[in-house]
Amino acid sequence: MKLNEKEVEILEILQKDARFEAVDIAKMIGTSETEVAETIRRLEEEKVIVHYATLVDWAKMDNFTGVTAMIDVKVTPKRGVGFDEVAERIYRFKEVSSVYLMSGVYDLSVTVEGQSMNEIARFVSEKLSTLDSVVSTTTHFQLKKYKHDGKIYASKREDNRIVVSP
Amino acid sequence: MTLTKKSYVAKSVEKMRPSGIRKFFDLAATMEGVVSLGVGEPDFVTTWSVREAAINSLERGFTSYTANAGLIELRTEIARYMADRFRVSYSPQEEVIVTVGASQALDIAMRAIIDPGDEIIVVEPCFVSYAPLVELTGGHAVTIGTTGETGFKLQPEQLEAAITPRTKAVLLCYPNNPTGTQLDREDLEAIASIVKKHDLLVIADEIYAELAYDQSHTSIASLSGMRERTILINGFSKGFAMTGWRLGFTCAPEEISRAMLKIHQYTMMCASTPAQYAAVEALQNGMADVESMKKDYRQRRNYMVQSFKEIGLDCHLPGGAFYVFPSIQSTGLTSEQFAEALLLEEKVAVVPGSVFGKGGEGYIRCSYASSMSQLQEAIKRISRFLEKQKRSAV
Ligand SMILES: Cc1ncc(COP(=O)(O)O)c(C=O)c1O
Repeated sequence: MKLNEKEVEILEILQKDARFEAVDIAKMIGTSETEVAETIRRLEEEKVIVHYATLVDWAKMDNFTGVTAMIDVKVTPKRGVGFDEVAERIYRFKEVSSVYLMSGVYDLSVTVEGQSMNEIARFVSEKLSTLDSVVSTTTHFQLKKYKHDGKIYASKREDNRIVVSP
Repeated sequence: MTLTKKSYVAKSVEKMRPSGIRKFFDLAATMEGVVSLGVGEPDFVTTWSVREAAINSLERGFTSYTANAGLIELRTEIARYMADRFRVSYSPQEEVIVTVGASQALDIAMRAIIDPGDEIIVVEPCFVSYAPLVELTGGHAVTIGTTGETGFKLQPEQLEAAITPRTKAVLLCYPNNPTGTQLDREDLEAIASIVKKHDLLVIADEIYAELAYDQSHTSIASLSGMRERTILINGFSKGFAMTGWRLGFTCAPEEISRAMLKIHQYTMMCASTPAQYAAVEALQNGMADVESMKKDYRQRRNYMVQSFKEIGLDCHLPGGAFYVFPSIQSTGLTSEQFAEALLLEEKVAVVPGSVFGKGGEGYIRCSYASSMSQLQEAIKRISRFLEKQKRSAV
């Protein structure tokens, strides 16, 4: 699909902050509110805009026990469907939050979220490694989230500029 | 016999008036919850790779003086950058001097060319330090006021009318602080032809050259016959978001550069060494970040101009820098009254146009070097302020 300059600019703005309203985006890029609203609707329909969500720093919550693991998965691709079929079998599990096909020493990078390490361990041994085409798995648990989707968690940045300057 | 206390302060300094910006700073600094549109520097922090280059230079122990004119690697990068970006060619060895901000670049430029009594034409509204710098050097600042009707573009007739036999140079700043006005090639050609006719010099403060939003910046030095009569002032403060590093530079023909270097060598030795290493990295690998900041500024500019129009303040579309300069004449207030009342009633800091000299009265300078959310809040407050003004007027 060919996107024009305005569409790209709208997407860039929304990717930084999905809460910008059409009326403000219109002013920022010099077009009308209805055109922006219409463009956004079309991009949503075409699934160029996939979803709007909120980045939550769950670690801020007392007693939060959730864990995230990144699993390197080696698989044997199937004739005709390549990696797509096994990827689909994996991403259908609700515990799985992302699946990427990778270049390099393993094939799929799978992110799994769970309530505890046990839960993830069970998922890997019972669901993931038992799939026919999965050859091996290596599981890495995340210890702390510093930056995610371009945002720094626990950012210490403040505006230190003097209030009025020449 | 009464003894009046002798003043040790030089008369030339006693005569200088403190900058009008100072007053607003003092007032705003005491208040809580101020949304500031008064800031003349980027809200972005210097790109990490640039900061890292400075840290790295310190770790490697590069803590001594550099050559007076600056690291030759840096001057070479500057010459390459100026040629690539603005099609002007300077010898890194003879014609580029690395300075402590554009501020010091302006200082050595003035001191290098002004004899007592020389007239320097200063186009206002403009950066607050031009006229004081000229006067400190023993020159005389002849001011021209541009107006909102022409989008604050210097008109060739105005320039022609200000020239006398004592005129030495014209000081130009485009994109402009405080108006954001940019001159295109045609505008510059008209000015250049007058400058050449009268055999004048141009000091071109192009510190905002990277921040030109509608077409890329044309440097006056790139016009035919202008290179030999132009001192270019530029630097890293604005486009590269490096104000606190204090790093700028001059590009000028060899004879003038030699003169400026003499002053620089006795008064400054050289610019800060870690900052120079940072600047090398900025020029080698920082351009993508400059572009991305510029894109943000452009969106904010559009947002501000459109918003001001919607809430009833006339505003020309500025071609560059990070200022909009809306007219507040419809309120019947002077720019200083407006700025003071706005600060006290709605806690929004702006700078009254009058502090920038002739032509500035009736306007306010609003910097959009702030996050969109801050700008949205500022517009909301200004709109509320205007409504109140209107109600109290009837
Ligand atoms: C037009 C103009 N020239 C020069 C300067 C000074 O720049 P620097 O911080 O590099 O000394 C400024 C800063 O506000 C400016 O607006």
